[in-house]
Amino acid sequence: MSYTNALHDEAHHHDNPTGWRRWLFSTNHKDIGTLYLLFALTMLFMGGASAMLIRAELFQPGIQLLDPDLYNNLVTNHALLMIFGAVMPAAAGLANWMIPLMIGAPDMALPRMNNLSFWILPAAGTMLILSFVVPFFPGGGSQINTGWTLYPPLSVQVGMSMDFLIFAIHLLGISSVLASINIIVTLLNMRAPGMTLMQMPIFCWTWLVTAFLLILVVPVLAGGVTMLLFDRHFGTSFFDAAGGGDPVLFQHLFWFFGHPEVYVLLLPSIGVLSHIIPTFARKPLFGYKSMVGAMIAVGTIGMVVWAHHQYTIGMSLGAVSYFMIGTIIISIPVGLMIFNFIATMWRGAMTFETPMLFAVAIILMFTFGGLSGVMLAVVPADMQYHDSMFVVAHFHYVLMPGAVFGLFAGVFYWLPKWTGHMYDERLGKIFFWINVTGFNLTFFPQHFLGLAGMPRRIIDYNVMFTEFNAISSVGAMIFGFSHLLLLYIIIKTIRGGEPATNRVWEGAKGLEWEVASPPPFHTWETPPLIRQEQTS
Amino acid sequence: MSSSEQRTAYFIPEPSPWPIVGMVSLLTTLIGAVLAMNGVVVGKFIVMGGLLLFAYLLFGWFRDVISENLADRYNQQVDRSFRMGMFWFIASEVFFFLAFFGALFYIRNIALPWLGGDGYLGATREILYSQFDPAWPSHGPGALGGDFKAMGAWGIPAINTLLLLSSGATITWAHWGLKQDNQKTLVRGLMATIGLGLLFVGFQAYEYIHAYGELNLTLQSGVYGSTFYMLTGFHGFHVTMGAIMLMAILGRSMKGHFSTHNHFAFEAVAWYWHFVDVVWLGLFIFVYWF
Repeated sequence: MSYTNALHDEAHHHDNPTGWRRWLFSTNHKDIGTLYLLFALTMLFMGGASAMLIRAELFQPGIQLLDPDLYNNLVTNHALLMIFGAVMPAAAGLANWMIPLMIGAPDMALPRMNNLSFWILPAAGTMLILSFVVPFFPGGGSQINTGWTLYPPLSVQVGMSMDFLIFAIHLLGISSVLASINIIVTLLNMRAPGMTLMQMPIFCWTWLVTAFLLILVVPVLAGGVTMLLFDRHFGTSFFDAAGGGDPVLFQHLFWFFGHPEVYVLLLPSIGVLSHIIPTFARKPLFGYKSMVGAMIAVGTIGMVVWAHHQYTIGMSLGAVSYFMIGTIIISIPVGLMIFNFIATMWRGAMTFETPMLFAVAIILMFTFGGLSGVMLAVVPADMQYHDSMFVVAHFHYVLMPGAVFGLFAGVFYWLPKWTGHMYDERLGKIFFWINVTGFNLTFFPQHFLGLAGMPRRIIDYNVMFTEFNAISSVGAMIFGFSHLLLLYIIIKTIRGGEPATNRVWEGAKGLEWEVASPPPFHTWETPPLIRQEQTS
Repeated sequence: MSSSEQRTAYFIPEPSPWPIVGMVSLLTTLIGAVLAMNGVVVGKFIVMGGLLLFAYLLFGWFRDVISENLADRYNQQVDRSFRMGMFWFIASEVFFFLAFFGALFYIRNIALPWLGGDGYLGATREILYSQFDPAWPSHGPGALGGDFKAMGAWGIPAINTLLLLSSGATITWAHWGLKQDNQKTLVRGLMATIGLGLLFVGFQAYEYIHAYGELNLTLQSGVYGSTFYMLTGFHGFHVTMGAIMLMAILGRSMKGHFSTHNHFAFEAVAWYWHFVDVVWLGLFIFVYWF
């Protein structure tokens, strides 16, 4: 067996692939995980750049930098790049890297398919970029001004960029479904002998639930955008009332996917937190079983509450009441997770390295976003908040802490394991403080803007909203540029630094900490013996 | 310890070019499709190129898998991985069809009653299209696609139901033969299944010609035409794919690739075929019958 550094292949190579073939033809979960993470980082910067353009435009009332269609296209692209390009691939990258290490498996169950699910992503990214670029050329048609929800009839009227986008969504869907199949099979079939499902590390559980959700909801989105494609080009009338169809049907299909998607983004980060908090509180996770139960409950109930995104479409009173009650019920299992985290920290011997700082910030700010979510779930209140900046503030408070910060925390937590070097703790803390300050400065004022009546997705606004928008834009610039520091820290850690021990963190438990840092090219070719304390 | 010895033998494939070929073929096909749909003539040819590359990918990838299997490099655990993978793939396909069944349900039970004046839109109907009858089958207040007749259930669709159900029986017969190590039964059962499947596709094509020619039922016939053709069309496409998969399995059966204990590929295709069968029952009940 040859030991090869997973990230620096110039160090040793015996029977392992080298050069471009290693990355293009890979069947190694660590290399594919690295590819996923690098792709996600690239998309994070592209999505971030579009967000900063949006905020730059909103710095003052009036139209300065962009025209309205371009503005709306950037809103669309920001959402799609961040959700499908950054967060989901980053979570899949963590899954690829960590799940086989955590469960003592030699690799993912279906390694070739694993590589296919990654390499479809750059193809989808290409289609997405084409959809943005094509309108700038003669004959390219109009820009995608619908937002990421692609509601008809507007999306039926957009030019050929919409077709690029629809196919990009098909590709992203294929990629997610294949990756999910792989993760489910790996978790169900590849665990080291003796590891039962209820002994799996909780990150694996979160991904198991996430993968089920993806397999069930992504094909529905694919069906929905396929109908859109046929309405656009082949004369069907799924979403055309003149032919007996209904534009609202698309909203139902979209949100049947879109709402569980929220949990797809959230759960992997909850899984990361469930490892970080016990490590830095030096206590086992409080309530493992209730965590598992809570995330299964979140996934199940999350599948049947989608229409709370559509209260204003004129559903019957019975329907909106059902969706309201279902939505509010979700806050119970989510609250349970939060309380479990707090109980884990209670009387722990806590230290605050960068991953733990992010973890504490997530608990505070995600709870805040969850509470504004309860406000939005209440039908009569939502009639006022609907489509205002309050909604933008709410979902950024849920998705940034709930998903992105969890991924940042995971990257800081596992970076020493991946690279074999400790990251610069001082820089990490500086990054944390700038990042979190910038985030709150950006999105906290948007609550007030929304409650005062500023609509979202519109390039211009009334002068009465100027001050809060200016604060928000300044915050967005701080927030956006702070990620350059993240990039610097990551590059610096890959290139060198204090060598990391196998365990890296004093309080870390689990199989992934028993292999070398960085792990050899192939790990767990002989499965480990499972002792009870390894899995807690 | 025996289980851990089994673990060490888990098969990790060598680096493989096929995923990249898959990515390139999908990207080519889809870019070509966008161009073709927007009236760029060269698009069609790009699509064809992409599909050819995709076919090459399927041949190459499956050739690798088959030769690895014949070289006895897969153990039971790998076999289980393949089975679970196929199962969850079919689950995702079920949800793809569910989107279209859901659309049908929504249109018939919610959207059309709304257009007919139910709920808060009552006044709109009175003002804009008071003569519109929201009964199913409908092509909407705009009467898109002109007058048409709906497809009845008890002609070709009933025959097709019979064909597909029998094909489910014949493939079980083939499986039974395989388990008895009786290659003759296996091959005959598969041939019968493929024959029934192709007959089904043929009848379906005839039904479409009949619908377009005599019933004036087209893809453009409002929402009835949309749901009818999309549901039956996607199903027909899956039957065609299933038949092609069965042909590949037939070829492999004739070469004696399968043994009583090692025939995952056969079972995967059989599951797929049963899935297509069950979807058809849904179609027969909800699209044709009620």
